[in-house]
Amino acid sequence: MSNERCDIAIVGAGPAGMSAAIAAARLGASVVVLDEQRGAGGQIYRAITDAPARRVDLLGPDYAAGRSLAEAFAASGARHLTNAAVWQVTPEGAVHYLRDGATFTLQAERVVLCAGAMERPFPIPGWTLPGVFTAGAAQILLKSADVVPVEPVVLAGCGPLLYLLGWQYVRAGVPIRALVDTTSMEDYRRALPRLGGALAGWRYLKKGLSLMRALKRAGVPFHTGAENLAAEGREGQDGVAALRFTAGGKAHCIETSTLLLHHGVVPNTQFTWSLRARHTWDDAQLCWRPKADAWGALDVPGIHVAGDGLGIGGALAAARQGELAALGAMHGLGRITTGERDKLAAPLRAALREHLRIRPFLDALYRPKKANRIPADDVIVCRCEEVAAGDIRHFVALGCDGPNQAKAFGRCGMGPCQGRQCGLTVTELIADARGVTPAEVGYYRIRPPIKPISLGELAGAE
Amino acid sequence: MPTDVRFRSLVPADASPRGEPMVTLFFDGRALQAPAGCSVAAALLANGVSTFRTTPVSGAPRAPYCMMGACFDCLVEIDGQPNRQSCLVAVAEGMQVKTQAGLRSFDGAGTVIAEEAAHVE
Ligand SMILES: Cc1cc2nc3c(=O)[nH]c(=O)nc-3n(C[C@H](O)[C@H](O)[C@H](O)COP(=O)(O)OP(=O)(O)OC[C@H]3O[C@@H](n4cnc5c(N)ncnc54)[C@H](O)[C@@H]3O)c2cc1C
Ligand code: FES
Repeated sequence: MSNERCDIAIVGAGPAGMSAAIAAARLGASVVVLDEQRGAGGQIYRAITDAPARRVDLLGPDYAAGRSLAEAFAASGARHLTNAAVWQVTPEGAVHYLRDGATFTLQAERVVLCAGAMERPFPIPGWTLPGVFTAGAAQILLKSADVVPVEPVVLAGCGPLLYLLGWQYVRAGVPIRALVDTTSMEDYRRALPRLGGALAGWRYLKKGLSLMRALKRAGVPFHTGAENLAAEGREGQDGVAALRFTAGGKAHCIETSTLLLHHGVVPNTQFTWSLRARHTWDDAQLCWRPKADAWGALDVPGIHVAGDGLGIGGALAAARQGELAALGAMHGLGRITTGERDKLAAPLRAALREHLRIRPFLDALYRPKKANRIPADDVIVCRCEEVAAGDIRHFVALGCDGPNQAKAFGRCGMGPCQGRQCGLTVTELIADARGVTPAEVGYYRIRPPIKPISLGELAGAE
Repeated sequence: MPTDVRFRSLVPADASPRGEPMVTLFFDGRALQAPAGCSVAAALLANGVSTFRTTPVSGAPRAPYCMMGACFDCLVEIDGQPNRQSCLVAVAEGMQVKTQAGLRSFDGAGTVIAEEAAHVE
């Protein structure tokens, strides 16, 4: 294996990874950033470096803001390896990646994992039908390829990304048949007290409300407090044909060939689990978070995490966390003193606190509904092996007490996605069935390679 | 073209978004056009392909769900290699893409992953 060396390897070129790279390079480190995408940007700023002006304008100011960060990153002196899928990071700092059909290894003194988030699984009846996508998937088509649905779409679920996509679709002239919102008045009542006095919070709320107003002005029909969501196919056809739900005491059935689901994003923890780092269950965000110190350092020496992979905080928080991780890593390498580190960190911490202030409110308001996380017996939970919620409950009755046993009982989580799509659901399902906490139930044991790699590619390793 | 095209491009068919050349690829033998740099999944969707594969367990039809490499429902065969995530692979001139029928996860397909790859640790 080739043994290129560097001071700091960063996995992911989103806001966290780019900011970490800029900060570390400025302090004199040799930095390599690896990302499987063809350009810098991560999820929020996907394809920002070669997006035509027309598209940047359509996607809105939060997207456009990524351009200056991407430019600073390009000028930082950090080496950016595009199209590089990292399939293993070892506790010793070896970063194994796949690029152009061959595998390579980078040896780093410190690794900063900035692998971001993914959308929370949304297991409702029919969610495996072709034509059912996540809202993020639809947004990726728009951001990276200018591709949009032809027929009127239905957006269902809750959370900022869902409304943002709706707003972007209105601007792109994409017809929206309905926005089926699972948020209820009760959620607002619960969330409002958590808004606090923070100005940033109110600014954020105002921005969100103006998105909603724009959607309503555009004539998008809203259904709020939606429950009992189910996607339906049609006899003799492959794809989704309608969304059924109840709202306002009435049953609804809205026809659509493109259903976009979303109820929040969760940290991508594949690397941190595979490194055997400690994780804690976050009951406010209903997900696992790797346990890290104030510099994002894991209990695996030399490995840091920054950004949404640490817990969902949004792009601006991710950028500050990236810089803090870079400072922590440089301090660990003896390249800056404790005094220098803490001086540089102070304004970052203040900014981070401000960006995170809105989170308790958002977490409470858009807390995904239990029925959409821990579904009824007939709903598929593991998409790969087609294991239903009822199967898991049956395994529990037979003595299965955690996700790893569920693999043995019925191949749940053993398909190609390695539990990415069922892991959280299986943890919560088993916890619910056993009447214990998710923390007690734990998560799948994740093993490398965390990206598919063929025997040929492995054999061809340099 | 089939009549159930569910996606379209916001830019004219002969002009790729970044001024890149259009490439021709094949899906189950049918020639498709897509801008260079676009993912295979986006190219198929924009060309009216609605089912990408069938599952090994029940034979149910599947198509992309996440578009970011997390769900593996976009698996297709590309240039003879099965189990490729079409949302992560860029189109290339002359690329041969095929529907993937029922292949069970990754065993027997020359691809290692998770359980099968414990030896890599
Ligand atoms: C689909 C999606 C769309 C989103 N859109 C928006 C939006 O429009 N606006 C908004 O405010 N927030 C959006 N978010 C939330 C957004 O992810 C965060 O606010 C922000 O991007 C987090 O930054 P980050 O740097 O932590 O991670 P990300 O921006 O997610 O960056 C992570 C990077 O790591 C790379 N990566 C991950 N695993 C590997 C690997 N194994 N090998 C190589 N590279 C890898 C990814 O390709 C990605 O570029 C979106 C989230 C998702 C999941
Ligand atoms: S669409 Fe989910 S992995 Fe490709």
